[in-house]
Amino acid sequence: MRQRLVRMLGGVALAAALVGSAAGCGGSDDKASGGGDKCGLKIAFVGALTGGSANLGINIRNGAQMAIDEYNAGHKGCEVTYVQKDSQGKEDVVSPIAKELVKDDKIIGSVGPAFSGETQTAMPTYEEAKLPMITPSATRPSLSTNGWKMFHRAVANDDSQGPAAANYIKSVLNAQKVFVMDDQSAYGTGLADNVKRVLGSLVVDTDKVQKDVTKDFSGSITKIRASGATVVFYGGYYQEAGLLVKQMRAQGLKDVALVAGDGVADAGLAEVAGKENAAGTVVTCPCAPASAAKGNFIPSYKAKFGQDAGTYSDVGYDAANIFLKGIDAGNTTRDKMNTYLGTVDYEGVANKYKFTDKGELDPSRFIVWAFKFDAAGQQVPEKEIPRS
Amino acid sequence: MNVHAFLHNFWENTISGLAQGAIYALFALGYTLVYGVLRLINFAHSEVFMLGTFGAIITWQALGLDQDSPTPSFGPVVLYLIVGLAGAMVFSAVTATIVERVAYRPLRKRNAPVLAFLISAIGASVVLSELVGVLSRRKPRGVPRLVQPEAVFTIGGAEVTNLTIGILVVAFGLMFALDRFINRSRLGRGVRAVAQDPNTAALMGVNKDRVIMLIFILGGLMAGAAALLYDLKIGGTDFFAGFDLGIKAFAAAVLGGIGNLRGALVGGLILGILEPYTSSLFGTQWTAVTAFVVLIIILLFRPNGILGESLGRARA
Repeated sequence: MRQRLVRMLGGVALAAALVGSAAGCGGSDDKASGGGDKCGLKIAFVGALTGGSANLGINIRNGAQMAIDEYNAGHKGCEVTYVQKDSQGKEDVVSPIAKELVKDDKIIGSVGPAFSGETQTAMPTYEEAKLPMITPSATRPSLSTNGWKMFHRAVANDDSQGPAAANYIKSVLNAQKVFVMDDQSAYGTGLADNVKRVLGSLVVDTDKVQKDVTKDFSGSITKIRASGATVVFYGGYYQEAGLLVKQMRAQGLKDVALVAGDGVADAGLAEVAGKENAAGTVVTCPCAPASAAKGNFIPSYKAKFGQDAGTYSDVGYDAANIFLKGIDAGNTTRDKMNTYLGTVDYEGVANKYKFTDKGELDPSRFIVWAFKFDAAGQQVPEKEIPRS
Repeated sequence: MNVHAFLHNFWENTISGLAQGAIYALFALGYTLVYGVLRLINFAHSEVFMLGTFGAIITWQALGLDQDSPTPSFGPVVLYLIVGLAGAMVFSAVTATIVERVAYRPLRKRNAPVLAFLISAIGASVVLSELVGVLSRRKPRGVPRLVQPEAVFTIGGAEVTNLTIGILVVAFGLMFALDRFINRSRLGRGVRAVAQDPNTAALMGVNKDRVIMLIFILGGLMAGAAALLYDLKIGGTDFFAGFDLGIKAFAAAVLGGIGNLRGALVGGLILGILEPYTSSLFGTQWTAVTAFVVLIIILLFRPNGILGESLGRARA
């Protein structure tokens, strides 16, 4: 009896699978007829919405959401759909997401992926399907050196941020002994290597931990203590940085300053570390302070989301607006959209955007700022750092 | 290879390694107890631990403590720690009980093959971990600063803090109590009887289902204590906290001799100190590689673990 039941269930499942795949084929047949119309187009967001360092993704998601909602308010009956995908900031999660997104012909632009590692994973898929993207935050320098035509970066990369951070450590903190560590991610390693290169002999020791895995930093803290370093540079994201600084303070390294890059530039640092431990941490970012964004951006953002705009919210807003302007100008296919991105010269709320043929932001528009966490756990803009 | 760093940091590494090893050992007891009686690896045990780390934080939060609260004075701290320990142990023990009732008992009633248990345990592990992941939005949670580590004395220039001493005292105390319980009490005798020969034990009037429930609860209680110590040492947790630590605790159990309570202690401590040693010698990124290579080598010479297998046979 039971055997028969199992066979029957198996048969039903098989039939369902056949019907499902047939429906799938039917769907893909209609694709060709879609192009040429400004209406019914979609813009995607890809980045971490949940996960250890998800605030960085959420900031961008919200910024782009605001741009699209504003656009739709002025284009009743011809709205742009916003497709949001949570990558958790992980390479293995982003891969199927990218494959799914490129299948939808209506999606003609992607804001993100947000982190460097996931961007590296998703780009070949985007490239093959010719889906143009603008990342507001993936700063690994080598992303622009693969010949990817669809890749665009709306901020300076870590060839600017790394030296700027190193200069800050040298000339503002006057450090003589620096300990450099990273999380072995595509972003963290690249940034830390850049910092090491510029600091040269000031680097007394180094260490590597693992993103999403390392929770116990005792081994690194022993090395920091033994090295006599007064500054620790961490290339990585705020989830690990929060635990690192908390354990540093708990294990007696009370006066060793922590400096990190844009991956740590979020109030989430204090959520794990506690405000008192996070206070004093310096982060660099190839971005202007979010509070300096032009126009109505800051109050509108606060009114819409009930919280202040964070790191890259403004750049996410601008990135989405660049796509939306493109749609308005009649670039309704992926090919046309990408050609348009090559020529765009757009003044947004955070910066002016123009892309080089490699997809990098025009070097004249690079900005790097230093921020410092205050006793309330908020990052306060400190100063713009000269890049050399 | 940095021999200088290894020698220079020898005592500091030994001390932090012992504290970490004590946590592995408590965690490993859950694997060892279940294996000793059922001859099965409970892969859901990592999630039993993970829920314990949340249990303590949720308990403290209910008492109005979060990561920004100032450190309370000594008297209340002791109270908070005891309540937090109870919270963590209850969360872990309840989770272990649910795992037994849902993922093990129904299969046992149907005389399922060993592989089915293995897969249902992995299934339970994934379900629990992802469930907590979705509910917590995969965000890490910070632990209140209850214990500010302060040096009590030094060995070879390395500070031994109150936290390290606390971790070692709690871990050894609980392991000693468990050892006594299994080897001296009436219930413990039942556990040993079922471990030796379940059928004969049943004929002698031992209720096998109750014994199995008991070992899951005991494993859960120990994992809960490990979870509290982990919270205090690490300062935060997330839905994924059990995964990496679970593999290491399981390795520690096998290293010491799975099914053997004292083996879990030996295995945990060895793995605990190997990690910082290799971190100093080769860099933190090589920690897992070298620690597990050493583990493989030890198992080549002692395939049954350092102290040998079996809860029943070791001290029947």
